[in-house]
Amino acid sequence: MKLVVLVKHVPDEAADRLFTAGVFAADLTVDRDGLSCRLSEPDEYAVEQAMRIARRRMDVQICVVTMGPAGAVRTLARALALGADEAVHVLDDALHGSDAQATSRVLAAAVERLGFDLVLCGTASTDSGMSVVPAMVAERLGVPAACEADTVWVGEDEVMVRRDEGTAVVDVAVGMPAVVSVTDRIGEPRYPAFRSIVEARQKTLRTWSLKDLRIPAAEVGLGASATVVRSVTPCAEQRPALLVEGEARGAAARLAAYLTEHQLI
Amino acid sequence: MLRDTVRALAEAKIAPFAAEVDEQGRFPQEALDALTAADLHAVHIPEQYGGAGADALATVIVIEEVARVCASSSLIPAVNKLGSLPLVLSASEDLKKQYLSPVARGEAMFSYCLSEPEAGSDAASMKTRAVRDGDDYVLNGVKRWITNAGVSDYYTVMAVTDPEKRSKGISAFVVEKSDEGVSFGAPEKKLGIKGSPTREVYLDNVRIPASRMIGDEGTGFATAMATLDHTRVTIAAQALGIAQGALDYAKGYVQERKQFGKAIADFQGIQFMLADMAMKLEAARALTYQAAAKSERGDNDLTFFGAAAKCYASDVAMEVTIDAIQLLGGYGYTRDYPVERMMRDAKITQIYEGTNQVQRIVMARNLPK
Ligand SMILES: Cc1cc2nc3c(=O)[nH]c(=O)nc-3n(C[C@H](O)[C@H](O)[C@H](O)COP(=O)(O)OP(=O)(O)OC[C@H]3O[C@@H](n4cnc5c(N)ncnc54)[C@H](O)[C@@H]3O)c2cc1C
Repeated sequence: MKLVVLVKHVPDEAADRLFTAGVFAADLTVDRDGLSCRLSEPDEYAVEQAMRIARRRMDVQICVVTMGPAGAVRTLARALALGADEAVHVLDDALHGSDAQATSRVLAAAVERLGFDLVLCGTASTDSGMSVVPAMVAERLGVPAACEADTVWVGEDEVMVRRDEGTAVVDVAVGMPAVVSVTDRIGEPRYPAFRSIVEARQKTLRTWSLKDLRIPAAEVGLGASATVVRSVTPCAEQRPALLVEGEARGAAARLAAYLTEHQLI
Repeated sequence: MLRDTVRALAEAKIAPFAAEVDEQGRFPQEALDALTAADLHAVHIPEQYGGAGADALATVIVIEEVARVCASSSLIPAVNKLGSLPLVLSASEDLKKQYLSPVARGEAMFSYCLSEPEAGSDAASMKTRAVRDGDDYVLNGVKRWITNAGVSDYYTVMAVTDPEKRSKGISAFVVEKSDEGVSFGAPEKKLGIKGSPTREVYLDNVRIPASRMIGDEGTGFATAMATLDHTRVTIAAQALGIAQGALDYAKGYVQERKQFGKAIADFQGIQFMLADMAMKLEAARALTYQAAAKSERGDNDLTFFGAAAKCYASDVAMEVTIDAIQLLGGYGYTRDYPVERMMRDAKITQIYEGTNQVQRIVMARNLPK
């Protein structure tokens, strides 16, 4: 069984003070060269999920795919250390500034070229995420999409996901091949073991260009983008204040409960 | 990648308990569990014994990153190396298989028993005896200051087999916690690394098979010293990590703290302090990594470089942690901030595995050609 995990190289919010000067390049795309970047956290959950599926079956091959600038090899290296078997980097200068439509086209082409039974990815990337890429990739591949999965079971030829929608818990079964996006409720990723970090260096990492995927350069990138970013305005971070009202005794109890719940005391 | 991974793990799974472990003087079990789960508890053990097979530099990086958040926890990978390296260097294949594999699997830890109440810097004056009796040896004596005593299952014990020959009459043995006659003293009440248990190990008529001798009779002291050549580099790593933790904390603090209407980071007097701290730290790191490379290759000038790295990095750690407290002002002097703990923890790196005076003696006797 072939699992393809789509991963994205995103700015590390913990490492840099985001949304200050220097995050955006002159063309208003995120300047990933100037920032320290990492494997997007939701995608890390997808890699972990692929590993869990692999542990239950003998025949699983996991390939991670990213589309991104040269620095994205670090994200692939991380996914390989987490346990993926091989990696594909779609790298092409013409891809700079691609919107969700172009991204999904490129990713779908790469997945198609690899061959797949199941595509896994995070629900959205932690930078400018729209949560549309998983569904778009599925549409382009002509396979069903089961998005925002909190649990995944993989059978012989179908995959079942459970999604908590707040008011209802929904079970969805789709035939394979399929695309599944996972939430952070699905199971925390492990830290890579020392040996798998070392082994990751021996694994295959292939680089494909747009030509390899037979996609004309003019149809992707900033120029072909259906959406245009006109301006970016940083907004002052403002945490909503908590106002505890009412009679003193009750208010104190509610405040204490709030602080306990948020593990502040 | 290794550094990123260990840093993320240390920040998520070890740092949250560092203050508590220090306050309560309890063993950092959370750290042991997290390190074992990621195969980082004894990375230096060679692959043929089921270990991760990390080289000396990788081991340094692991220890450094753990020490950056919790020095007590960094003694888990560090002392596992200290206790088991005598076997890696000198033991028979059978002994290695028997004792290194459980450590690699995370089922047991290893401690190193050289020091005694009356034999510290002058370790060769030890009194613990091992007397041959048929196919066995019988050990008697007291070892003091033993890190992770009581927690570790295995102990490398240096003991006198021939009192006439002084250091050439010392042999090394593997003693198990479960051997009859092994017991432990009360935990020492220490200034720092309070989460790392330091206790006496009492050996009362401990009978062990002769096959548990590490190397030949009379080679124990040489093995013990050869071990220290390598592991002093890990103490240097620990010092680097502690200093880095203090510098990182202070760097963040001076941006936030405002006096005279601006962040104190804007004052040149503060900037110069940070510059000096970073400069010394990087110099210590360069020396430590160079020593690690020599440890890995087994270069013959390792003795000098191991001692130099340990001595220099630990002195730097002391200076940097004290300066970090200064940068935090009154807050740095309280237990509400981590830098005072880091200073207390840094102090031990100038003392164990040979005090810094002893390092200077070692360096002077082995000056670079
Ligand atoms: C927390 C902790 C953990 C430890 N863990 C271990 C362990 O796991 N295993 C182990 O075997 N040991 C361990 N030790 C022991 C440690 O290595 C010794 O404490 C150290 O070697 C110094 O010995 P001492 O304490 O007897 O000091 P002493 O040897 O009594 O030294 C006292 C002072 O005299 C100085 N001095 C001594 N000789 C000379 C000289 N010739 N020239 C100049 N100055 C000199 C010393 O530098 C020091 O300043 C640990 C110690 C501590 C505190």
